[in-house]
Amino acid sequence: MADLMLETKNLGISFGGLKAVQDVNLKIKKNELYGLVGPNGAGKTTVFNMLTGVYQPTTGTFYLDGEELKGKSQEKINHKGIARTFQNIRLFSNMSVIRNVLVALHNQPEFKYNPFDAMLHTPRYYDVEVRMRDKAKEILDVFGLLEERNNLACNLSYGTQRRLEIARALATNPKLLLLDEPAAGMNPNETAELMSIVKDIRDRFDLTVLLIEHDMKFVSGLCDEVTVLNFGTTLAQGTTAEALNDPEVIRAYIGG
Amino acid sequence: MSTIMDGLSLGAIYALIALGYTMVYGIAKMLNFAHGDIIMVGAYAILTSLQLTGNPYLAVAVSILVCTASGVIIERLAYKPLRGASPLAVLITAIGVSFFLQAVAQLIYGSKSQAISLPDFGKVSLGGATINVSTILTLVIGGVIMVALTLFVKKTRTGRAMQAVSEDKGAALLMGVNVNRIIMITFAIGSMLAAFASLFYLMQIPSITPTLGSMPGIKAFTAAVIGGIGSIPGAMLGGVLLGLIEKICLSIPVIAPYTTSIEFSLLILILLVKPIGILGKKIREKV
Repeated sequence: MADLMLETKNLGISFGGLKAVQDVNLKIKKNELYGLVGPNGAGKTTVFNMLTGVYQPTTGTFYLDGEELKGKSQEKINHKGIARTFQNIRLFSNMSVIRNVLVALHNQPEFKYNPFDAMLHTPRYYDVEVRMRDKAKEILDVFGLLEERNNLACNLSYGTQRRLEIARALATNPKLLLLDEPAAGMNPNETAELMSIVKDIRDRFDLTVLLIEHDMKFVSGLCDEVTVLNFGTTLAQGTTAEALNDPEVIRAYIGG
Repeated sequence: MSTIMDGLSLGAIYALIALGYTMVYGIAKMLNFAHGDIIMVGAYAILTSLQLTGNPYLAVAVSILVCTASGVIIERLAYKPLRGASPLAVLITAIGVSFFLQAVAQLIYGSKSQAISLPDFGKVSLGGATINVSTILTLVIGGVIMVALTLFVKKTRTGRAMQAVSEDKGAALLMGVNVNRIIMITFAIGSMLAAFASLFYLMQIPSITPTLGSMPGIKAFTAAVIGGIGSIPGAMLGGVLLGLIEKICLSIPVIAPYTTSIEFSLLILILLVKPIGILGKKIREKV
C-alpha cells in the first residue's frame, strides 16, 4: 500500500454524547485529486480538523504516506506534510501578501539561521533571506499574485484572498493539501481559473489534494474520486460520476 | 534642558518596560501584571552579584540572565498550563505571580530598602545644563535596543512568526509555526528588556525594596495603553511621552505633588477619547 498518500481507518469524533463523525475510511492515492462532499453539517470540516490536529479523533486513526499522525500537534502535522486552507479565510490580514507566504516558509530546514546570524546580519542571514524571498515570489507567481506582493492581505478581493491562502498553505511544502471550499464566493470565471490552478500545482509541486466543495461542477470537473458524508457517516464512496449519481446521495442533497 | 533629558531617559525606562507588556499582550493576548516585578528581580540580581563579585558589568550580565530565565520559567509554570483558559483566570494568575515574587524577595532580602552603589559616570555640561552621563547612557542604550527590536520583528524569521501568531494563533499553528516557542521567546525578550530597565532605574534611584517594580510597572502599563497596547512603536511613544510629562510636572513646584494623578488622568483621557491608544490598531469587525 505504498502508493497511498492518506489513509484513515474508522476515523471518528464525539463531542460529549454527539457522534459528529463516525467511521470515515479514506484511501487517497498519491497525486490524486479527491473530493469530500456532503450537505451542510455533514462533518466535512470536522474531518479536516482531525487531519490537521485541531481536534483529536476519539476513534480510529490516520496515516500520511504510511506514517501514523494521530495525536501529533498541529505544527508537527504540518511539518510532516499536511497543509490546509480555511472555509472562512484566515489570512494574516494586516501583513503584506509576501509576508504571509514568508511566515509559512519559515520552518523549512533549508531556510534556517540562528539568532546570531540574525543579530549580526551575517552572510548566511542575507543568503537565507534572499532565497526565501525568491521562493516566495516563485509561489506567488504561480497564483498570479506577484504584482500584489506588497499589498496588505486584507485589501485583496475575495477570490484573490482565497488564492493567497492556497499559496500560503503550499509554502509549508506539503505532501497533502487540504482545501476547504476553495471556490466559495468565487464567480464562474474565477472558479474555472482555480480549477486549472489546482491541477497545475498538483503536477508542479507533486501534491495530493483533498478538497471540500459544494460546487458540483467544480468537484466533477476536478476530482477523480469522492466520498460523500451525511450526518457524520459515509453515504457513498467511489469514482466521482458514480458516487454523485448514487440515488442515496441525490436524496440526501435534495431531500425526499 | 536637563528636565527634557531627564524626562527622555525616564521615558526610555518606561518604554523598555512597556515593550514587555505590549509584546506579551500582542502575542499571548494576556496582561502580564507580574512584569513590573521582573524589574525588582533584576535589581536584586544586580545587588547580590555586585556584593559577591564587585564587578558591576558582570552584575549587569547576571541580572539579564536571571531576568530572562525567570520570565521564561514563569511563563512555563504559571501561564502555559492556562493556555486557552479564560482571560480572567490568566489575569488573576499574573497578579498572583506578582505577589509571589514580592513575597519571595521579602523572605530573602527583608522588606527594608537596601542601597546599591553603581559606578558614577559623572556629569557633563550640554547646552548650558549639567546632565548625568548615566542619563545619556540610558537614552542611547534604550534607543539602540528599541531600534534593534524593531528590526528584529520586521526583518527576521522569528519576527515574522511573532507577527503571524499575534494576527491569528490558530492559522499560524496550522502553517507550521511553533506557537509555544514563539510565546516563550516573547517572554524572554520582554524580561530581558526589563533587566535593562532595572539597571537604568537603579542608576537614577539607587535603592531597592521588594515592591520596587510596582510603580514603574504600573506606569509602564499606562504608557503601553496610552500608546496602544499590542503596538511596539506605540509602547515606545507612550513610554517617552509619560516620562517627559512626569519630569516636566515634577520640575514645576506648583503641580509637582499632583504628578502621578496627572499621569493617570491622561490614561483616563486617552481611554475616553481614543480607547485603542495613540498608535493602536483599529479592529474592523466584519459583518
